[in-house]
Formats: sequence, C-alpha cells, structure tokens
Amino acid sequence: MISIQTDDFDLNDEIQKLRRKGGDTGAIVTFTGLVREFDSHKNNQTKAVKYLHLEHYSGMTEKSVETIVEEAMTRWPVLAARVIHRIGKLNPGDQIVMVGISSGHRKDAFDAAEFIMDYLKSKAPFWKKQYTDQDSHWIESRETDVDALRRWQDLNAK
Amino acid sequence: MLNIHYFASIREIVGKDSEHLELPSGASTVKDLVEHLSTVNPAFKSLVDSEKKILVAVNQTVADESCMLSKNDEVAFFPPMTGG
Repeated sequence: MISIQTDDFDLNDEIQKLRRKGGDTGAIVTFTGLVREFDSHKNNQTKAVKYLHLEHYSGMTEKSVETIVEEAMTRWPVLAARVIHRIGKLNPGDQIVMVGISSGHRKDAFDAAEFIMDYLKSKAPFWKKQYTDQDSHWIESRETDVDALRRWQDLNAK
Repeated sequence: MLNIHYFASIREIVGKDSEHLELPSGASTVKDLVEHLSTVNPAFKSLVDSEKKILVAVNQTVADESCMLSKNDEVAFFPPMTGG
C-alpha cells in the first residue's frame, strides 16, 4: 500500500499493520529517511538546513512507486509492503520516507526494502529544494544513487 | 491539445508549470516538440542549450526523444529525480 502525503506518520502503527497483514510473517524490515540538519553536499561547505520543500508529479508518482513495489514483489517473497513518501515543507529531523516489508525471512525483507529505497531515489518523480539561511537550491541527483540501481540491474542480468 | 507540464528547476526556468499546445503540424516526436518549444520560448531554448540534464515523460512514463506523440498526450519535462 502506497501513500503520498503531507502528514507525518507513526512508524509503530505501520509496523503493527504489517504484523496484522497475514501470512507466515517471520520478519519485518522498515527503513525511515529523515531530513538532515546539515548540508555538506556542495563544495564540502556545511550549511544549516532551514527546511526542504518536496515537489512531485501527482499521478506519475503513484504509478512509479506502484511499479517499483510490484517489481520488488516479483523478485522476493514479500508478504506485505508499505511505502509512505511525504511531500511539501519538511523541517530538519522530520520523517520524509518510510518503506516497510514483511516476509518469511529477514534476508528477503532487507533486500526488498533496500531495492525499493534505491529505486525511490531516482525513479520516482520527486524533487527536493533545500533552503538554508543564505540561499536555496534544488538538490541534484547523486552518482552513488545511480550506482545503487546498477547493482540491482547487474543482479538481474546474472 | 497536448498537455505540457514542467517540474522543479525546469518549471522555475520556463516560468510556468503547465501549458496547452496544439501539436505543431509536421511534428510527431518528442524531439520535434522540443524544437518547437525552443523556437517559441527563449527560456526553454536556454535550457536545451545548457548542460542541464532534462528528462521527459509521455503520459506519465519516462520516454526518449524518439517517442511518438499523439494529439492529446500529457508531456512532462523535469530534472533527474531526487526522491527518498
């Protein structure tokens, strides 16, 4: 189940929902991403982040995330999957994204959760604009995020 | 009418978030549309001429410049995605 929302979420509620989803659940893995307080990405200069603004492409976002989750479910024996991605204004320390997977065994749950996160980074139409005291700029995609996808694609080719 | 959307840094440079446009006569692909937009919008041209990477989606699926367009398609231009 996928939610794109401005509201915050309660991680424990989400874990309890995954527990109740049924199937012979032996493992639940969750990942939560937070807004970082410092930006050390550009020119190695550290700047205090005031807030982020997350923009998305309504309609395509939901379709893209569904495709990513479906792909994970064909690769691993996932019992239930939950993705929450927040949009709008987010402050340092705020929860921004959550992926939760229940499965029979931990390895499948870890892998499926990591796969979904890696794809969310660069295959779902979200864009982050970061505001500091001095300026604002659009966060650029990172080469390491592209490398992360390559790893799954290489696995696919084997 | 084509329904064109611009997002994030592309939206700021182009100066609008969407527009409706008749598919110009003789134009059939994304590449043709990009050429047309470059002639009518200097900001869009500056974007195309820059080193900036621009992605395009046709009907909400990422496409390339050879993608064929139909008259009621939804076309979106945006920078590389930064979710998560």
